[in-house]
Amino acid sequence: MGHFLSIVVEPGFFQSAPVRLALVAGGVVAVVCGVVGSFAVIRGQSYAGHALADVSVTGGSASFLVGISPIWGFVGVGVVAAGIMDMIGIRRPRGRDLATGIVRGAGLGLAALFLYWDTTSSNTTGATITILFGSIFTISSAILPAVALLSVLALGIVAVVYRPLLLSSVSAELAAVRGIPVRIVGLLCLMAISVAVSLSAMTIGAILSTALLIGPAATGLRLTSRPGLAMIWAALIGLAATWLGILLAWDSFYWPPARHGWPVSFFVVTLVFIFYLLARQPARWATRRPAVRSQAARAAGGLAPAAPGARQG
Amino acid sequence: MFSGFMANTWAVATIVAVVAGVVGFFVVLRGAAFVADAVPQGAFAGAAGASLLGINTLIGLGVASLAGALGIGWLGRRGRRDVATALTLVVMLGLGSLFLSFSVEYAPEIESLLFGEVLGVSANEIAPIAVLGALCIAALLVLYRPLLLASVMPELAEARGVRSRRMETYFLVIVALATSMTLPVVGALLIFSLMIGPPAAARSFTDQPMPAMALSVVIAVGVVWAAIAASYDTNWPVGFFVGIIGAGCYGAGRSWTAWRRTRIRRAGTWREAGAPGPEPANVRL
Repeated sequence: MGHFLSIVVEPGFFQSAPVRLALVAGGVVAVVCGVVGSFAVIRGQSYAGHALADVSVTGGSASFLVGISPIWGFVGVGVVAAGIMDMIGIRRPRGRDLATGIVRGAGLGLAALFLYWDTTSSNTTGATITILFGSIFTISSAILPAVALLSVLALGIVAVVYRPLLLSSVSAELAAVRGIPVRIVGLLCLMAISVAVSLSAMTIGAILSTALLIGPAATGLRLTSRPGLAMIWAALIGLAATWLGILLAWDSFYWPPARHGWPVSFFVVTLVFIFYLLARQPARWATRRPAVRSQAARAAGGLAPAAPGARQG
Repeated sequence: MFSGFMANTWAVATIVAVVAGVVGFFVVLRGAAFVADAVPQGAFAGAAGASLLGINTLIGLGVASLAGALGIGWLGRRGRRDVATALTLVVMLGLGSLFLSFSVEYAPEIESLLFGEVLGVSANEIAPIAVLGALCIAALLVLYRPLLLASVMPELAEARGVRSRRMETYFLVIVALATSMTLPVVGALLIFSLMIGPPAAARSFTDQPMPAMALSVVIAVGVVWAAIAASYDTNWPVGFFVGIIGAGCYGAGRSWTAWRRTRIRRAGTWREAGAPGPEPANVRL
C-alpha cells in the first residue's frame, strides 16, 4: 500500500504545510460552492455566480490599494454587487442576465482602475495575475478563521431559507401564493452565492470559483432529481475535483515541459468538466431507451406514440 | 491627442465600436449576455496559446473564440444554456492558465490583453481588424431578417422554416469573429461592456430594430471616443472608462423608460393604474 501511494503521490505531499492548507481551504470552499451552486443552477443564475466572482476581484484589487485584508474587500464588494444586481432586478431572465452583465462591466472597469493604481503606486506587477487566477498554494493560515466563518454564513443562509427557496426557485407563482416573500428569499440566495463565490475567488482564484460553483452542481442535478441529494453529490464531486486537482498539481512538478508544476486551476477545471460529461451518460441512456422502444412499436405497425424523449433540463 | 500614433487608435476604436454596436444589438435582443461575456474571456486562452507557440495573436484569438462559441453551442444543445456557457468558459480559462504557466513571465502583456491597450495600436493592425469587422457586419446584414425573427419569436421562425439552431450557431460564430478582432484593442474583460451597455440603452429609446441598431452604433462610438479622450487625459486605463460610461448609458436608458412609463400611466392611456403594464412590444416586424 505504501509503495502504491508513493507512485501515485510524489513524496512530501502530506508533509508540506502549503499543501495541507490548500487541502483544507480548498475542500471547505468546494463543499460550500457545491451546495450553494445547486441553487444557482436550479434558479438559472450561473451567470450571476460567474459575474459576482469577477466583481469581487474589484474588491480584492481595492483592498490591495487601501491596505486592508483582501478577504473583506472580496466579500464586501461581492455582497454589494449582489444587492445592486437584485435592485436593478428584472423579472424576465433575459433582462436579468443583461443587468448582471452591466454590473459586471462596471465592476471590472473599476477593477482595471484599481489594478492600474496598484501597479503604479506599489509596484506589484504580479497582483493582477494573482488576483485573477489565484494561487491555492499561497493561502496564508491567518485567513482560515475568516474562511470558516464565511462558509458557515453561506451555508447558514441556505439552510435557513432552504424550503421556501426551493419552492420559489421551482415555481415563483406557487411560492407567492403560499405567502413566501419571493423577492427577499431570492436576494438571500444571491447573497449566499456572493459570499460563496467571493470566498472561493479569494482562496482559489476567480476561474475556479465559477467552475466549482456551476460544474459540480450541474453534475449533481444530472445524477438525481432530488435537490437535497443533488447537493450532497455536488459537494462530494467538488471536493473530489479539488483534492485530486491539488494532488495532480503537486505531482506535475516532475512533469515536462517546465519543471515548476502545472497550475491547479487547470486540473480542477478539467476534472469538473470530465465529471459533468460522464454524468450525462446515464441521462442519455434513460432518454434513448424509450425512444428505441417507440421505434420498435412503429416498426410493428402500431401508431407511433408521442415522442417520450422530452429532454431533462 | 489627434496626432501621430493616436490616429491609428481613433480609427481602430471607431471600427470596434461600430461592430460592437451592431453585434451587441443582437446580443441584447437574444438575451445572450453570458455568451457575449464568455466568448471574449475564453478567447484569452487562445492569446496565451499563441504567445506560447510564437504565432500571431489574432490567429490564436480567432481559433479560441470559434472553439469557445461552437463549444457553447454543442454543450448547450444537450443541457442548460447557462451551465454550458459557464463550463465552456472555465475550461477555456483553465487551458489559458496552463499556457500561461508554460510561457515565461508575461504579466504586463497579459494585463493588456485583459484590460485593453487601445493607446498602442500600430498601423499594420488596422487592416485585419477592418476586414474582420466588415465581415461581421456583412454576415449580420445577410442574416438580418431570419436572425431577427428567430431571436424575437423562435416558434414563428420555426414555422416559417427558419432553423433556430442553425441561426444560433451563426450568431455564435459572428460573436466569436467580433470578439477576436476587438479583443486586443478594448481587452477581453471589457469588450462585452461595449456589446451590452450601448445596445441596451438604444433599445430603451426605440422599439424599432433598424433605428435601435443605428442608435446603438452611435452610442457605442460615443462611449469609445469619450473613453479614449478621458484615458488620454488622465492616463487611467481605457477599460475603466468604457465600463463606467457603458453602465451609465444603460442607467440612462432604464430611467428614460421608467419616466416615460409613469408619464403615460399618468396620462391615463396605459392600462388601469396598479395593473402591471404590458411589456412594450419588442420589435415591430
